[in-house]
Amino acid sequence: MLKLLKSGFFTSIQDGGRFGYLNKGVPVSGFMDSFSATKINLLLENEPDAALIEITMTGPTIEFEAPTYICLGGAEMSVTLNNSPIQHFKVYKIEQGDILSYGKLKKGFRNFLALKGGIQTAPVLASRSQYYPVTDTNCLKDRSEVPYDSVTTFDPKISEIKVDSFLDETSLEVSQGPEFNQLNDKQLEVLFFKDFKVAKENNRMAYQLADTIAGHKISMLTSATLPGTVQLTPSGKLLILMKDGQTTGGYPRILQLSDKAISILSQKKFGDTVSFKLFKI
Amino acid sequence: MSRYSLSIRPFGVHAILVEWPQIVEEAILEDILQFTAHLKGNCLDSSKWEIVPSYNSITLIHREKPIDFNDFKKKIESWYAEKFVTKPRQKFLWRLPVCYDLEFGIDLEEVSQKLNKSIDEVIELHTSFQYTVYGIGFLPGFMYLGGLPTALEVPRRAEPRLHVRKGSVGLAGKQTGIYPQESPGGWNIIGNCSVSMFNPKSETPSFVNVGDKVQFYSIERAAYDLHKIEGEVGIYKLEKIKLDA
Repeated sequence: MLKLLKSGFFTSIQDGGRFGYLNKGVPVSGFMDSFSATKINLLLENEPDAALIEITMTGPTIEFEAPTYICLGGAEMSVTLNNSPIQHFKVYKIEQGDILSYGKLKKGFRNFLALKGGIQTAPVLASRSQYYPVTDTNCLKDRSEVPYDSVTTFDPKISEIKVDSFLDETSLEVSQGPEFNQLNDKQLEVLFFKDFKVAKENNRMAYQLADTIAGHKISMLTSATLPGTVQLTPSGKLLILMKDGQTTGGYPRILQLSDKAISILSQKKFGDTVSFKLFKI
Repeated sequence: MSRYSLSIRPFGVHAILVEWPQIVEEAILEDILQFTAHLKGNCLDSSKWEIVPSYNSITLIHREKPIDFNDFKKKIESWYAEKFVTKPRQKFLWRLPVCYDLEFGIDLEEVSQKLNKSIDEVIELHTSFQYTVYGIGFLPGFMYLGGLPTALEVPRRAEPRLHVRKGSVGLAGKQTGIYPQESPGGWNIIGNCSVSMFNPKSETPSFVNVGDKVQFYSIERAAYDLHKIEGEVGIYKLEKIKLDA
């Protein structure tokens, strides 16, 4: 077990996602920034989709009750192991009683902490990702205990990597969404030539953008939505659905973010700016 | 067999959207369900693909790899041109108990005034029709139901509520439905369904499928409480009737 002495702002268990229940309205969930999360799993020689801990804005303080190996990555945060600073994308050995403590957020928004062998909570509907009401809660609380298998020896093939950071990247690669062709020239111009600020309303379900474009009167029948789908509300608000986003919706789906763009956006917080760059499928 | 002209478009690199004409119609839904059964049974590896049907569309999502759109579009067209032999999944009519007591039906009085009908007439109308499940989404286990009589059409509330109780049965425009969990919402609440519409502990977390039908029936408060207890201990038995394919 590991124990959260302090849970942080929003700390949850996530894996590669929950598949097979989209037609029951269950979102896919999973790592918000799968680019960073899969990398640290690979350093620990875990399956790329193994369950880990996703940390948002302010991180937790964690006590380990058994030996293991860890690796962290994603948002740049000051993290200490028994009061000594540690680096991102590097494997560290953990002994029983060690304390990992997250400090200041320096860049980005979400950090990931992986353990050798992955988190061992019981899967629900074929995934360990926390999402209420599939799991009992959607995040970990103070004093939450999280199970993992004790590992005493591990000799990583590669113990650290240099990752090209995309945390400063603001351009989101998008393809045309199903209702893209219903946009008018004025809307298109603003969409691709303006920067958009991330609104206060941003979480694992959706990112709202504070800047708007012209509204519309497009009416459509409810249809599927995906992580990375950009919806346009009648009043001209842009909503970007993320990993816990609803599986269907009735607003026009004007753009679709690439996988990399979802990772880039998930590292943005209130007030950061993004822009859209169209690519052709 | 191909009675409709389909529109096939990319939806990001992992998904493809197949659309039928933009009409809410049982014949279209039936064609969608038959084609979905054909795709699942004969064309696609269902461990790799998710298929989300809704009203006039299906979205095919590959779990791992990007799709070669042009190549896959041709495949879908040829699969649709085939004579489907797979029988779609058995459909059911689910009879769902609703307690319309004012304690649950917090907007029932207002709705009855707006519709110029007595509360009993509203309940009588709401329970007299079979509603078709055109989609499941928005929240886990939430059904998009079609077939509400025009006499029950009442606009969405001007101000949505921050908390609508789990199981709440609502009316909004041409729609009626059940909130499967507590959530914010702007529908007019007329009762509460004693059956849980989403159970993550079950392999089939929601018993309803797109294409099924739902009919509500009115129950007393005592029966509601009994159903709740039976549901918690797992002995509540749902009423379902097989529908002809």
